[in-house]
Amino acid sequence: MSSGTQSKQNIVVVGNGMVGHHFVEQLSQNSNYNITVLCAESRLAYDRVHLSEYFSGKTADDLALTTPETYQQLGVNFYLDAKVTTIDKSKKIVITEQGESFSYDKLVLATGSYPFVPPIPGKDREHCLVYRTIDDLDAIQASANAGKSGVVVGGGLLGLEAANALKELGLETHVVEFAPQLMGVQLDQAGGQQLRKMIEELGVTVHTEKATNVIVDGETSVHKMEFADGSHLETDLILFSAGIRPYDNLAREFNLTVGERGGIVVNNQCQTSDDDIYAIGECALWNNFIFGLVAPGYTMAKVAASHITGGDESFTGADMSTKLKLMGVEVGSIGDAHARTPGAQSYTYQNERDNVYKKMVVSQDGKTLLGAVLVGDTSEYDSLLQYALNGIELPENPDALILPSNGGEKPTLGVDSLPDTATICSCLNVTKGDIVAAVDAGATDVGAIKSVTKATTGCGGCSALLKNVAENEFAKRGLEVKKDICSHFVYSRTELFHIIKAEKIRNFDTLISKHGKGMGCEICKPAVASILASVYNDYILQDDHLHLQDTNDTYLGNMQKDGTYSVVPRMPGGEVTPDKLIVIGEVAKEYNLYTKVTGGQRIDLFGARVEQLPAIWKRLIDAGMETGHAYGKSLRTVKSCVGSTWCRYGVQDSMSMAIYLEERYKGLRSPHKIKFAVSGCTRECAEAQSKDIGVIATENGWNLYVSGNGGMKPRHGDLFATDLDDATLIKYIDRYLMFYVRMADRLQRTSVWLESLEGGLEYMQKVVKDDHLGINDELERQMDAVVATYQCEWKTTVESPEKLKRFRQFVNSDKQDVNIQFVSEREQIRPATLTEKAAKGLLIETVEIATVEPA
Amino acid sequence: MTALNNSSNWQTLCHKDDLVKYSGVCALLDNEQQVAIFFIDDENVFTISNWDPAGKANVLYRGLIGDDNGEVFVASPLYKERFSLSSGQCLDDESLSVTSYVTRIEQEQVQVLV
Repeated sequence: MSSGTQSKQNIVVVGNGMVGHHFVEQLSQNSNYNITVLCAESRLAYDRVHLSEYFSGKTADDLALTTPETYQQLGVNFYLDAKVTTIDKSKKIVITEQGESFSYDKLVLATGSYPFVPPIPGKDREHCLVYRTIDDLDAIQASANAGKSGVVVGGGLLGLEAANALKELGLETHVVEFAPQLMGVQLDQAGGQQLRKMIEELGVTVHTEKATNVIVDGETSVHKMEFADGSHLETDLILFSAGIRPYDNLAREFNLTVGERGGIVVNNQCQTSDDDIYAIGECALWNNFIFGLVAPGYTMAKVAASHITGGDESFTGADMSTKLKLMGVEVGSIGDAHARTPGAQSYTYQNERDNVYKKMVVSQDGKTLLGAVLVGDTSEYDSLLQYALNGIELPENPDALILPSNGGEKPTLGVDSLPDTATICSCLNVTKGDIVAAVDAGATDVGAIKSVTKATTGCGGCSALLKNVAENEFAKRGLEVKKDICSHFVYSRTELFHIIKAEKIRNFDTLISKHGKGMGCEICKPAVASILASVYNDYILQDDHLHLQDTNDTYLGNMQKDGTYSVVPRMPGGEVTPDKLIVIGEVAKEYNLYTKVTGGQRIDLFGARVEQLPAIWKRLIDAGMETGHAYGKSLRTVKSCVGSTWCRYGVQDSMSMAIYLEERYKGLRSPHKIKFAVSGCTRECAEAQSKDIGVIATENGWNLYVSGNGGMKPRHGDLFATDLDDATLIKYIDRYLMFYVRMADRLQRTSVWLESLEGGLEYMQKVVKDDHLGINDELERQMDAVVATYQCEWKTTVESPEKLKRFRQFVNSDKQDVNIQFVSEREQIRPATLTEKAAKGLLIETVEIATVEPA
Repeated sequence: MTALNNSSNWQTLCHKDDLVKYSGVCALLDNEQQVAIFFIDDENVFTISNWDPAGKANVLYRGLIGDDNGEVFVASPLYKERFSLSSGQCLDDESLSVTSYVTRIEQEQVQVLV
């Protein structure tokens, strides 16, 4: 080594797998060391955990964990294809295959492990391979190209991973396992069976209790595997994945202590029997145990680096719980999955229809969780892991933790009860204490915590838990969780609402020049447009508002995937006269529009080109119809049944009420779209409880439900008030809606808003019914103003030649967009697929589109 | 209106009055390619291809414009990918970009260099 570095210690690292690389990263932060990496492979460290993605399109570069340039920048010397053959402990040098020698002050062995190949006669035949390195993958790929079927020997975690790879390569895939079940280390028998069923459903054949006696020439394929039970299997490719063995040959040859069954013996500081030689990762044997996962290896790397630099960290074992996705099947295993602890008791839940199996193993007294098995659904993994790792006392009926909620509340894990030592991110070993420290050091949002602690940057599985812990810590310190709407305003939507109202600001330009910066963006502009509309209810395509509108508002229609629009005239309560129905039909026919009844009792006309919209709307308006605001974050529909007018059971006139409500609130801009429904009796034909506002008739009046939702996360509305008369019902809805419009975040549904509102339903009842905040007069006044200033935006638009110019496809041509093409299906149009467009003129019946009429 | 060739490579697309402040319009080049023209002020007129490579439709001119630390972009109206108006590069996905054209207003005429 060069003379100028004599004062620095020489650290030589043998092996550059994930763990060896992690060690280099840890130590290179300290400039007091000369680090030399000797790497037997021809490339630097790469991500072995995601190796199988190599077959689904990732390249070696994508998998790389570092680059030669990065190592150079870090000042790390590295040698590729440099396999170490000699360790001279007395001279403190190592020698490579090429005869180059490197002297060390401290030597770190991170040689990893190799796949175990059972001693089966025929195991060395061509197309018998292992699955460990990128070079192995290249060999597998080449071999797969020449064959049709493949067998993986070994049904453990890695074997199934390898089977997935063979499947990705298009081979007919088999798994041959010696034991009676798959993943015997991590799963119990029932879990293994469930996993087998799911994997077989994916087209992989599983053979258990098969011992291979010999591999010989096949009759129809390359190989024939003969099993001990007399059966046999023919295949073109065999992959051995029957476990790993530590690479400890250097240690054996040069007299470092190794375990009876292999592995370099290390102490809690990861030192071997020679104090100046460390071993980390899968080559190291700690407490008679080899850890075949990357996370414990990372911990060892950290401990060794700490010890070399004078730190006092120590390795005290690692949790072997795992959560993974095998061929799309979710599998989780925690702690004592087999219930081997004396006195352990189990709860199991099996749902064969949905392919879900869950087991919890609890202590004799039922208070602590010892282990768990999850197959088919691992959503409870994070919580269960925290219970198990931290000995948190289980709730009274612990099985509720794995049972489906069926509408009831599931017990949630209070993050406050987690001790500071609780591991939140096991990939990077980040504890709750680390997160608390980051918050104490000034982190005020989850992003800052991530960048300080690196939590979630591994597999990412802990992000929900991290957010939970972080927000709990913010709340404890009275820190407000940052709710800035975007980088242009340091205010939340609610705050912007108050600013606009208090300063009587009427357009975006004034707002951003006084209270923001830059030009705005797709986040803040539509939000401000919505606030301005709620407060002033101006025409939304007015010059200073036009550029703020979200896509659909800009052209007053719902943009579909091909750039055409759908047209929805308002049909209050779903009621429509025959004459209007005929006009809708005529328009649809004339413009050849696809026609469908919506889920909200209206008629949707699809496939209108932007330049056709004005003419279509003019026809509808002339026939007495108006815009349905189907494009807006505003009131969409009020669904209804016919109520007491026609129905034998109806107790109130739900039809009239639905129409009244729709007429009253139409055009109200809100943080999210809103839907109502009114049912004429408790049979609930209008499904009012799944709407933002649900009204259900009773003998004595109306029951009001609020904040229901039929969207992505369905929620039944909460019963807000009962037996209301018409006037009180309207008053309450006015106040509730306007309060929501003021307070909610951008794009926050009423359901989410209610759940995030401190005090929840009870608080809202106090505000709306008891005027707790003394703002009800104002809320009502504001609603009255919105109602009084309603306009049909399409009517205003078709009456303005200036506005209509916006609806030209081209400013310099009358041509049409040739990319918009339709084909016929069930006697109507639908957008042509890309393939159909490519084949245009040959296979496709193209449809003539009506030319644009002057509006 | 017919597109005119004023010089060897500046193509006139429309009149300045056809543009909409802080917003986009669509024009057809002589070669039938669609372009989206965005107008902020006389010094800041941008033209990019109208084809949204993510949404696979001719819609970019209908997107909303904004800035990300000073970089002016249009957010596609379909799936909201943001494209830089000056370079055509997608700010959300390195692998996506659209053609951008040098644009000027000359005697009230909007021209692009093709």
